[in-house]
Amino acid sequence: MYKNKNAHFGFFCSFMACLCPLVLSAQTDTIKIEQLKEVQIKANRLLQLQSSATPVQLLFGNELKRMNSLSVADAIRYFSGVQIKDYGGIGGLKTINVRSMGSNHTAVFYDGVQLGNAQNGQIDLGRYSLDNIEEISLYSGQKNDLLMPARGFASASSLYLKTPFPKFEVGKSRNVRLSLKAGSFGLLNPAFNFDQKIGKLALNINAELTNANGKYKYRYTNSVYDTTVVRHNADIFSKRVEGALYGVTADSSKWHVKIYNYNSERGIPGAIVANKYDFTQRQWDDNFFVQSSFQSRTDKKYQILANIKYAYDYTRYLDPDRVSLAGPLNNKYTQQEWYFSLAQEYSLTNFWNVSLSTDYIRQGLDANLYDFAYPTRQTGLVAMVSKLHWPKFNVQANVLATFVNDEVESNIPAGNKAEYTPTVMASWKPFSEADFRVRAFYKSIFRMPTFNDLYYTFIGNSNLDPEYTNQYNLGLTYSKTIQNKNLVSFSVQTDGYFNKVRNKIVAVPTLTLFRWTMLNLDKVEIKGFETNIQTVWRFGEVNAQAKLNYTYEQALDKTPTGFSYNMQIPYIPLHSGSLTLAGDYKSFGLNYSYIYTGERYSQKANIPVNYVKPWYTHDLSLQYAFKQAKVNYRLATEINNLFNQYYDVVLNYPMPGRNFRITLIANFN
Amino acid sequence: MNKLKKSAKLLLLVGLTSILWSCRKDDGIVPEEQEQLPGQTITAVNGLYVLNEGNWGAGRASLDYYDYASGIYRRNIHGQINPDATLGLGDVGNDIKIYGSKMYIVVNGSNKVEILNVKTAQKIGEVDLTNCRYVTFHKNKAYVTAYEGVVAVIDTASLKLETKINVGQQPEEMAVIGEKLYVANSGGYNAPNYERTISVIDLATNREIKKIDVGINLHRLRVDQYGDIYVTSRGDYGAVKSAIYVVDSKTETVKKKLDIEVSNFVIDKDFAYVISTAWSNATQSETISYGKINVKDETILSGGFITDGTQADITKPYGIAVDPLSSDIYVTDARDYVTPGTLNCYDKTGKRKFSVTTGDIPAHLVFYTK
Repeated sequence: MYKNKNAHFGFFCSFMACLCPLVLSAQTDTIKIEQLKEVQIKANRLLQLQSSATPVQLLFGNELKRMNSLSVADAIRYFSGVQIKDYGGIGGLKTINVRSMGSNHTAVFYDGVQLGNAQNGQIDLGRYSLDNIEEISLYSGQKNDLLMPARGFASASSLYLKTPFPKFEVGKSRNVRLSLKAGSFGLLNPAFNFDQKIGKLALNINAELTNANGKYKYRYTNSVYDTTVVRHNADIFSKRVEGALYGVTADSSKWHVKIYNYNSERGIPGAIVANKYDFTQRQWDDNFFVQSSFQSRTDKKYQILANIKYAYDYTRYLDPDRVSLAGPLNNKYTQQEWYFSLAQEYSLTNFWNVSLSTDYIRQGLDANLYDFAYPTRQTGLVAMVSKLHWPKFNVQANVLATFVNDEVESNIPAGNKAEYTPTVMASWKPFSEADFRVRAFYKSIFRMPTFNDLYYTFIGNSNLDPEYTNQYNLGLTYSKTIQNKNLVSFSVQTDGYFNKVRNKIVAVPTLTLFRWTMLNLDKVEIKGFETNIQTVWRFGEVNAQAKLNYTYEQALDKTPTGFSYNMQIPYIPLHSGSLTLAGDYKSFGLNYSYIYTGERYSQKANIPVNYVKPWYTHDLSLQYAFKQAKVNYRLATEINNLFNQYYDVVLNYPMPGRNFRITLIANFN
Repeated sequence: MNKLKKSAKLLLLVGLTSILWSCRKDDGIVPEEQEQLPGQTITAVNGLYVLNEGNWGAGRASLDYYDYASGIYRRNIHGQINPDATLGLGDVGNDIKIYGSKMYIVVNGSNKVEILNVKTAQKIGEVDLTNCRYVTFHKNKAYVTAYEGVVAVIDTASLKLETKINVGQQPEEMAVIGEKLYVANSGGYNAPNYERTISVIDLATNREIKKIDVGINLHRLRVDQYGDIYVTSRGDYGAVKSAIYVVDSKTETVKKKLDIEVSNFVIDKDFAYVISTAWSNATQSETISYGKINVKDETILSGGFITDGTQADITKPYGIAVDPLSSDIYVTDARDYVTPGTLNCYDKTGKRKFSVTTGDIPAHLVFYTK
């Protein structure tokens, strides 16, 4: 273990030695220019946030780089109204649950195209490294655009991950970035980014390796017993390679082609229960996709956005503890998706735009399971949108038609389904002077049962209906920019919402603990309130930001036939929040973040044995930027969970205590 | 402007102080809960232990005790009595039996057999056994089935694992008749190629001497006072329905197949009491039934054993036991498996005496006798 750590450190030192000349002289001019640019972009983006009829939360650029985050999942913990279901450690599954409607209700988009998973509807955000992410935005309801794929209208909330578009300095045609992260859990994470201008085209290649033994200490105690154990079988080795080619046509239309591959092997650490601290289960993943996008120039009356994608996802799960006559349990799943999308927008007048989006998706799943159904799903989506917009008021309405057809090779298919769901949203700016807005939206949408829900051998139930959500949101936004004061800008977003989930798909036992089936059983009503306050400060040469998020959420089980009527649903705290403080002084940057998740219950019954304590973590990071021999360096050190608090997000899946990370990034061209 | 600045500062300050250091309760022992129930006529039975399985991965196996003399129902007693047992009783309590002064709890997900003092419920010892399922006893040995296809032999004095006897795939319940141990093999991991045998073990040599061909996916195994073995087949959860087979222990052959759907049953004197939850994919509904069998002549009797209509209050009948002296019938309700269940007591005429809340998935019952 120690040997390993030293080995990593040694590697890190030699990496540094290769890149850094002996004398370091900080050149802060370019950094300053960068900072100013960033402030300008930030101001523009904040304005977008304020004027959106649906609540948006955003992390981008420097703010994102500065955070103590390895993956997308780490970064979005700071959003309000969000719970990350985190099974702990580097390789542990991390999914997002927005406003308590369940993780299947949030669509995740990668460069504008949805990451599909018809098998179980889960997108593991722990697998999306921040190394190649420039911007993360989360929309409650939907994105406030007209020209977007129909899938953008088809979920209760949307998370958009955007990779950076290559930008070249004047007279330069190449950017190279090398980075190395190392730290606790035996983490070693080198990454490489390469941008090249080729005539009117821009090429990007981004690659990354993540290797970690995943070991960390955790502690369970009831004040009599007090056990500290090392988490085992949490190792991961993953490789990610992305390539993209961007171009502009003669009439200024933009297009790009993107290819992506993520390949990993990991241990699957299980639930820690009495007498069971070690596990043998392993998982292999291979995720590949190629996608292409075309968008006509944006100043025309008629615009189009076309997308096409093919995705191949392979998972192998091995359980050496479960041995049958055929050997250990060794499940293999292969999922394939074809996707075609065409969105069209037309400006009827200077205040009236309409759009029509049509998507076609074909998804298939193969598995080496006994009595498997081999399902194929075809989905057609048609979204019709109309938007009226004036400077002080805009209102948008859309109807989404969804047509689903499932076919199977054996057993009973779910057949055909047609659904029509509406959304209405509006934003109003009552005063000319003050940047104060009132916003509201209503959205009705559903999620289709997944292949696992419908067809999993023994458990699946092909009679399932979709799981519906209805959302009502009313919010206020206010922002103010102040000249010549320490407080440079101040903005606040606050929303109250009421969500209803009905026909919620839950696993219900049939014969024994080992025999479950899926049913449309539960009903949940969620009343929430969330607020985000952002401030920017300047004290001489110090630029600072403070960001506060708070969420109150009452998510009650309203299942009439259930045993937990009017009780708070599992894992949803009444109170949660985060605070981020960031400061820049010359070439130094400091970031402090705090997350609080209030008391919750781990099961449906709100009784003492199911009580889960609040948890809160303090994270700190320090960056230093410098330039040497035309190479821009950034050195960052992080301490996460500063006070070494032991906690579970998911019952019996312990989270790491205090941990460290050091990052060195070199940029040159 | 100044005002705004001040209020922003104030907001930050309030935010900082109020949420940053909010209280976090100390880790503690969740105390037992007590409920007053009607007492029982004092007989040789002191009371009833109820083992709650707890959902898979939750580590929520728990122990309740119903004291006959006082009528007090004590819920979740293990934690308070054994505060030093790391992470409590464990994950999925799968069986509970008493032998002498010791109580044996088979904790499936925690890969262990935990041994308690039957009087105090204090932990005496623990034997590690991967994927263990059920326990039975004979001549100072405890026999425990484990899914790796063995019966483990534990000495009841030293509490040490002595040997493992190879049987069929994924063995379940067992019973001893004479010097032979009869083990129901399920083969549950090999669907659709289930096992269909009872392994017969000679306890003098600890060897499997025979396999009796019965039916697929065997599970429950009980013996009546006439030397007949009643063993259940789970079926294949599809076309092949569950059933009870009667095996003559003298000839070691199947004597009769009783076409009655069964998930659990118990034999008391001349009667077997059967509970069943049958799921139909075709109708998307489950049928719950309560049946009674006369074991003297192996016939299914008409009507169930609950006579006052209170079975309607039970969502998912799961565990069953009959008081050997009063012939009171206890049926547990596992409800939705993720919320606390109930223990329901019926007198021998089938009228409900009481119903009480238990832990999650009350499943296995054992009478503590004098």
